[in-house]
Amino acid sequence: MIKMCDIRKYHDVDPAEIQRMKEAHVVLNHVDYKPQPIVKGYTDKILTIDVTDASVKIADIPAEVKEKFTGGKGYCLRYLWDATNANTRWDSPENEIVMSAGPIAGITQYAGTGKMLVCTISPMTDIPIDSNVGGFFGPYLKFSGFDAIELKGQAEEDVIIVIDGNKGTISVEKAPLEHMDAHLMGEELTAMYADNENDRKHVAVVCAGSAAEHCNISMLNFTFYDPNRGVVRLKQAGRGGIGRVFRHKKIKAVVCKYQGIKNDLNNVHDISIINKTGVKYHREMATQDPKQNNMRKIGTANTMKILNDYDILPTHNFKFGGTPNIAEMHPQVFIEKWLTQGAADGCWYGCSMACAKAADHFELLTGPYKGQKVVVDGPEYETAAGVGPNCGITDPQVILELNFYCDTYGLDTISWGTMCAFLMECYENGILNKERTGGLELNFGNAAAALELIHLTAKNEGFGKIAALGSHKQKELFIKNGWGDAAFLNDIAMEQKGLEYSEYGSKESLAQQGGYGLTNKGPQHDEAWLIFMDQVNNQIPTFDDKAEALYYYPRFRTWFGLVGLCKLPWNDVVPENNALTDEPAKVPEHVDNYLNLFYGVTGKKIDREELLVMSERVYNFQRIFNIRLGKGLRKHDAIPYRSMGPVTEEEYLSRQERYDGQLVTKVGFTKEQVAAMSLAEKMAETRKYREGEYEKLINAVYPKRGWTMNGVPTIEHLKKIGMDLPELIEIVEPLQNLEP
Amino acid sequence: MKRLVKDESLCVGCHNCEEACAKAFTKTEDRSKACLRIEGMAKTNDVQMRVCTQCGICASVCNTGVIQQNKQGVYMINKKECVGCYMCVGFCPEQVMYYVDGRNEPGKCTACGICVKACPVGALSIQDV
Repeated sequence: MIKMCDIRKYHDVDPAEIQRMKEAHVVLNHVDYKPQPIVKGYTDKILTIDVTDASVKIADIPAEVKEKFTGGKGYCLRYLWDATNANTRWDSPENEIVMSAGPIAGITQYAGTGKMLVCTISPMTDIPIDSNVGGFFGPYLKFSGFDAIELKGQAEEDVIIVIDGNKGTISVEKAPLEHMDAHLMGEELTAMYADNENDRKHVAVVCAGSAAEHCNISMLNFTFYDPNRGVVRLKQAGRGGIGRVFRHKKIKAVVCKYQGIKNDLNNVHDISIINKTGVKYHREMATQDPKQNNMRKIGTANTMKILNDYDILPTHNFKFGGTPNIAEMHPQVFIEKWLTQGAADGCWYGCSMACAKAADHFELLTGPYKGQKVVVDGPEYETAAGVGPNCGITDPQVILELNFYCDTYGLDTISWGTMCAFLMECYENGILNKERTGGLELNFGNAAAALELIHLTAKNEGFGKIAALGSHKQKELFIKNGWGDAAFLNDIAMEQKGLEYSEYGSKESLAQQGGYGLTNKGPQHDEAWLIFMDQVNNQIPTFDDKAEALYYYPRFRTWFGLVGLCKLPWNDVVPENNALTDEPAKVPEHVDNYLNLFYGVTGKKIDREELLVMSERVYNFQRIFNIRLGKGLRKHDAIPYRSMGPVTEEEYLSRQERYDGQLVTKVGFTKEQVAAMSLAEKMAETRKYREGEYEKLINAVYPKRGWTMNGVPTIEHLKKIGMDLPELIEIVEPLQNLEP
Repeated sequence: MKRLVKDESLCVGCHNCEEACAKAFTKTEDRSKACLRIEGMAKTNDVQMRVCTQCGICASVCNTGVIQQNKQGVYMINKKECVGCYMCVGFCPEQVMYYVDGRNEPGKCTACGICVKACPVGALSIQDV
């Protein structure tokens, strides 16, 4: 076991090299400003930077925006809407990257309070994507005087933006020499803007990675300096290609520096209730985490074995729900061999869940950094499952190496894993071959090929150019080229709205099928992560329970992104008596904690229902934003059949007893009838039934959400939640009676 | 390592130690703001004392790295750098760390000996162990 007390210092950056990089900067604009004091969690200011002309603008955030949109993702979407129009696409100059942390963000007394929300119009989905991320940037930006930042325009040469919240300065600078890969650029800019080693924890950097120059599935890295290890670490705003937009604007990095973190920088309304709630939660983590999920020892990857046992762990492009090699990547293997133990691994101060695990001095075996020893953040569950079993890879060392390269190249590990698994299935079915892949033998489990592919993608060479497209555009290309059958490709490409699925096999969970399909931004686990409560804990057993969950949870979970909170502390570890409560799946005591925090910070008392309405306003706004950009209707909520049932005979036969049984128990055939059916007939009947259930689910969920059967928010509903804004009514009014 | 050592067999449950600690560091008589806890009834001979053992768990959970041992082995908080998250308070196995609303940094036993002097029966001592 590797212990934190035994970790030796990391190699530091060369000060002369940093000096040389800094001297190469050319200041395009420098602005002095007076940082706005925070009052009850808000500065009520937004910073806008147009990199086309390096202009800087600071504006007030109107009270009505605060009332309707709360903060965080709400602010991001509001300002993104205002900046764009129905024809805006990801590469339009007016497309923005908007970031906002939310009112609770930055308190230090509760777990998961450092989240930043990031929105843009996605190169993958052509609709708004929102992604949440830890690290220090969100709170530091707020402490520097801004509830939100808008990045717009397109620079001619690479620029960085530097905000110093103590000095009250903003500068836009040409920055030609820093490395593009995130683990290097993070270290370089942190060292460059810190006065000394102790000052490094006051510097936060947002950057992408070398792959973001050309790859659609690119993300943004957010740094935080780990003073215990003496190294810069990376968290990711992963989903939807935000890094691609960032680099298209030729923004190399955004740096924010702020010294003097204390627990009342938000100038909160009632610090007593925040302190009390926070210490109660920390005690609960101390006593319950070791009995429940061991988040502090392994992080989210603790679920790997459970999901394998429940046939949920995506394996071979979601064909199967588990792998016989699971022992190789058992949580205990990561704990014993790879992840440093005894480290305080929160990605913001006060996170007692501390799931941001790291492998220290990990020696890379491939690629441009071969032989170097690096810190690898993670792997989080999604990463481990996606780049691992979904691609047939179960060697933890390979998973860590892929994790590192995804991060430093700026690739979203989830999209990478799901997309790579799709390419592997295409290869095994002859849709791709060595000639088409440039010699790569992309069989499931070929770790060397997977690693080679990631390096080619970063370099934009060979078959890496195809990988850079993402699954949706790959599928279109293969169909256009006549490679493979279009229907088969549509069944097995695990993407919807252009976004790759996150890493849960949903065949046996109707709730999770809806959790992926009936989402605003595409199939992820942010809006409706229902798989555990549905398939593992059996907390929503009936059809009505599942439909209700698809109404309740997207609203509840959206709220975290409005106020600057991480969702993991909500239900990854629960109070000791949670099972005895009326609704254990909702973790009522923790919901009350959040109401206390919101009151403590803002002074506004809300109840559980009002919390949901705050979210519902933004959720419906985002749905209508999708419609404005040409998606957001029922047809766009259709999902690939692989996420509902067995596409291939191999899949059906692997769980034949289950599927044959369901034809009797669920579909209504007799055992004798099933016995007389051919395999093709059984597969067809299974498909017909499962696709029918999904349609029934939509029919049940849309009315609950106040939407028409075509998925359009009704005017009546918008009035009810106070969102009958003229610009929204203008879009939904002509669609009120349109049939699906 | 210098640390506070208890002898429960001598404790009479007078709480003088708690009051002295709270008074010295928070200027209150609120015994919940003391770096040690005396619980139970002296009359029934079941007094329990909880004191800081300098186990260092507070330091290990601190992601700012501001709780470090001094030359005597006592874990001390660097108040200037502390961000006031109170994880150390929540994770203290003896539950003898505390916070005060409006004060950023938590309270932790520094093995100063004020409680030792306040104890009328010699149930507390500072020892090198």
